Amino acid sequence: MRFDLRSKSVRELNQFLHGPLTGVEEVIVENPDGAHNLAVGLDAPVHIEIAGHAGYYAAGMNQQASVTVRGNAGPGVAENLMSGRVEVCGFASGGAGASAHGGLLVIRGDAGLRCGISLKGADIVVGGDVGSFSAFMAQAGRMVVCGDAGEGLGDSLYEAVIYVRGRVRSLGADARIEPMTDADHQAVRELLEAAGLTHASQEFKRVASARTLYHWNADANQTY
Amino acid sequence: MCGIIGLLIKEPVLRPRLGELMVPMLIGMSERGPDSSGLAVFTHSTAPTQRKINLYCAEPGFGWRHLEGALLEFTGDATFVTEVNHSIVTTSFEPARVREWLARGWPTVRVLSVGRTIDLYKDVGLPAEVAERYGFSRFSGTHIVGHTRMATESAVSPENAHPYTAGEDWCLVHNGSLANPGSLRRKLEKLSERFESDCDTEAACRYLHWRLSSGDTLERALARAFEDFDGFFTFIMGTGDKLALVRDPFACKPAVVAETDAYVAIASEFRSLAHLPGVRDARVFEPKPAQVYSWSVH
Repeated sequence: MRFDLRSKSVRELNQFLHGPLTGVEEVIVENPDGAHNLAVGLDAPVHIEIAGHAGYYAAGMNQQASVTVRGNAGPGVAENLMSGRVEVCGFASGGAGASAHGGLLVIRGDAGLRCGISLKGADIVVGGDVGSFSAFMAQAGRMVVCGDAGEGLGDSLYEAVIYVRGRVRSLGADARIEPMTDADHQAVRELLEAAGLTHASQEFKRVASARTLYHWNADANQTY
Repeated sequence: MCGIIGLLIKEPVLRPRLGELMVPMLIGMSERGPDSSGLAVFTHSTAPTQRKINLYCAEPGFGWRHLEGALLEFTGDATFVTEVNHSIVTTSFEPARVREWLARGWPTVRVLSVGRTIDLYKDVGLPAEVAERYGFSRFSGTHIVGHTRMATESAVSPENAHPYTAGEDWCLVHNGSLANPGSLRRKLEKLSERFESDCDTEAACRYLHWRLSSGDTLERALARAFEDFDGFFTFIMGTGDKLALVRDPFACKPAVVAETDAYVAIASEFRSLAHLPGVRDARVFEPKPAQVYSWSVH
């Protein structure tokens, strides 16, 4: 079914998507025109297609649903994603996948500042570059970056793992490059395949936590 | 939070529609900036010997006729286009002396801009109200720089609304905040830059004007600004023949650009660009951190 945002409001769209979606398999959202909060808080195995550019917080807090943005997404796309799949065909602005617990976020273009900040278990695959401070304090989950990463990648990482194909402008505190294991190659292959990308896993390097910040060290004099 | 917009029309046949295309861009940023808004519009140029001086007075029912008569007598050469609490004076008299004359006898009248092509409007109220008050939709010209303000660091007042200007045919709007406007201001005041508000953006505007008038290119001036500005910013800047855009090195504040053969349009968010003709086929991109983008009027 089709939902035209020139004649209906975002609130009407979201209330409909939160209702009993019996028999509904796909909803196409027409004329999104950069509106905020499109298809947020879904909890049903339905496919949503946003036929254009989305504004702030598209597909936030999603569970089960698959949401495709046919254009670009504003800040905070798929923030707090719990499960399901969110795909952005263009670029995503800052804070993409912030605090996401589960599911898969795919961004075909570049992602801005702080992609995957405080990641808590979801997988993120970015076809292009990621901005500065991506995966800051990421606790669990995996992030694949097919392009370059900005400043301070993985600052204060916990147990999330980042795979980067391009150049890393700088690593954040306690993030380090580690050798790729067989399990890492397998993970990268699976995530790229899920995202429909064809790079070789050998082109990626692994960035993970050195775990030196896990315990307070009074002798370090705050010089991390 | 604030909203910023810029629009440069490349296709001359669209220039009479500048205002009509721009007003929805400004109104689209109402939620980001509901307390004041402003617009710099670059129109036809005056003769090389003439300058346009844009004046503003907040007093309701201000006696503009009286001011016009006195200013005509003082300068011997001035024409006026006066609407509501705003007047555009065109004169070949020296702008600095008009400014001094106003400061002496007309302390409630402020100079908003000086230049051959720039006109400047800024006032408190919702963007739609300000646009209606000054008839923004009727404007024609080559490019605009606009702003909707949600005040965070200084009071809601016409003086603190953007755009800011300095010198001639130069303006700047800002989304973000600077942490060191006071030290920038002290440095600039020693170099004879005169401040008119306590807004952090004025420090940025006057800093860049100082660098540009010292001979820096815009790129060079902004490279120095990255060192000297402590804070977050996306700036849109206008000169007599250019529209320019820059985000701070971490790109904290949003911006989206849509470019076609007919125009280049910039806004904090895409929702201010969605109405533009042909935007679905436009090249839409998010500007990179610390990269200077500029477009010229041809």
